[in-house]
Amino acid sequence: MIRSSVGHMFPRLHGAAGSVSVPSLPAAPGIEIAEVSHRFGDTEVLRNVSVTLTERRIAIVGANGSGKSTFSRLLNGLLVPERGRVTVDGHDTANAAKAVRRKVGFVFQNPDNQIVFPTVAEDVAFGLKGQKLSADERAERVEEILARYGLEHLRDRPAHKLSGGQKQLLALAGVLITRPDYVVFDEPTTLLDLRNARMVGQVINTLAQTAIVVTHDLPLIEAFDRVLVFDQGRIIADDVPSKALSEYVRRMQ
Amino acid sequence: MSRSILHRLPAGLKLTALAAAGSAVIWVSDWRVMVDLLLLVALAFPVARLGRGALVQQLRPLLPMLVVLFLAQGLMASWTEAALVIARIATLVLMAGLVTLTTRTEDLIATVERLLTPLAPLGVNPGKVSLAFSLALRFLPVIAEEAERVHEAQSARGLGNSPLALALPLIVRVLKSAEDIADAIEARSGHDDPDCPQEKPQRRARFNPLAALKTVKE
Ligand SMILES: Nc1ncnc2c1ncn2[C@@H]1O[C@H](COP(=O)(O)OP(=O)(O)OP(=O)(O)O)[C@@H](O)[C@H]1O
Ligand SMILES: [Mg+2]
Repeated sequence: MIRSSVGHMFPRLHGAAGSVSVPSLPAAPGIEIAEVSHRFGDTEVLRNVSVTLTERRIAIVGANGSGKSTFSRLLNGLLVPERGRVTVDGHDTANAAKAVRRKVGFVFQNPDNQIVFPTVAEDVAFGLKGQKLSADERAERVEEILARYGLEHLRDRPAHKLSGGQKQLLALAGVLITRPDYVVFDEPTTLLDLRNARMVGQVINTLAQTAIVVTHDLPLIEAFDRVLVFDQGRIIADDVPSKALSEYVRRMQ
Repeated sequence: MSRSILHRLPAGLKLTALAAAGSAVIWVSDWRVMVDLLLLVALAFPVARLGRGALVQQLRPLLPMLVVLFLAQGLMASWTEAALVIARIATLVLMAGLVTLTTRTEDLIATVERLLTPLAPLGVNPGKVSLAFSLALRFLPVIAEEAERVHEAQSARGLGNSPLALALPLIVRVLKSAEDIADAIEARSGHDDPDCPQEKPQRRARFNPLAALKTVKE
């Protein structure tokens, strides 16, 4: 049921044309991380990382504790780096949190923790709360996104009773309803069974938005444009999937 | 889901009635009256076209606590006092359940927000309180399920019924999820929200349950 609906999805392109106009900074498109270092207590988690993300499908892989999640949390300002700068289309995450949040959505590993309203439709609508939309527009947006992810028939269900895959789709729908230009995922398929992981993977691969995906699920990222390999807080490989992944596998042995 | 008369009543009315009835129940001091009230509320469930399952579901998570309370009150005070106390708690829980089960959360939250708006000049943020309210509604069943799972796991390991053994892992899990939930809300709600930290987002140290446990042990 979910599968067939995924097959019918025609993601629309949001972003470029539709995005909210902001007083024009020298808008370098993409997310730029410049000489970023970050410590938690005594542990240096990111060590002088510099990288510019412009491709549409970017994966981040690496051993446990190598700093991937920390890195991903920088991208929408959930974390501000101790040293260095992170800019999203020219907006510094350290002083333009609002513009950055609007541009960058974030999907976490555990969908249970990002669903904040009791029922499916209510939860999807949460992201629109602060936006100045009429009730009709809001309802329309909710219906549109529920339909796109095959969740219409679950509209009034308690969110905590959905399957793992449905929950992750709901989490994604709740993020996409605000029409971000970038979506960051931190291990979106880790808690899912094979079938649901594939289904969510397919959705990620067909997103209109730029996707930046932290994952240990290597099949998910086979067709990506670019893969960054993290090791002890540094990027040790940055290449197309086949090359970056063979370097990663070699290192892990 | 068929909509009963209770479903159609305005949310504001139901909430006000709940608050009034809830306060009134505290003043009942005869256990027989209290038990009658309990039966009355239980009878309202079929009227609201809610099955017996819904009723049981409201009470089941509380059952161990009610039993303990009943015994404690019974042994230390009197059995009539014990009956009064647990009938009162069960009545309150069922009344609250009746309202939440027959009201769409959206309406409930909008109502809470509206009722609190006059308090805004006093520093109450209606948006935040209603968000907290909806979070509680969303996560209470999850926490109850989690408690059951921890309990099962511990029974399997022969840890029996120690409340401490149940509470500790549960608290750690709940706090850990709370961190993630806070992150998710932060990530999802930065849109034209006056409460969103527009300038400098804070550098918040993340809660680390393992480290916290270690300091507890030391
Ligand atoms: N809030 C925090 N406080 C203290 N230490 C932290 C915090 N967040 C992360 N760390 C530490 O930073 C290091 C990198 O963590 P991070 O979560 O970024 O790794 P990761 O690459 O995502 O690992 P995994 O694959 O296990 O998810 C780890 O040693 C971790 O313990
Ligand atoms: Mg991680």
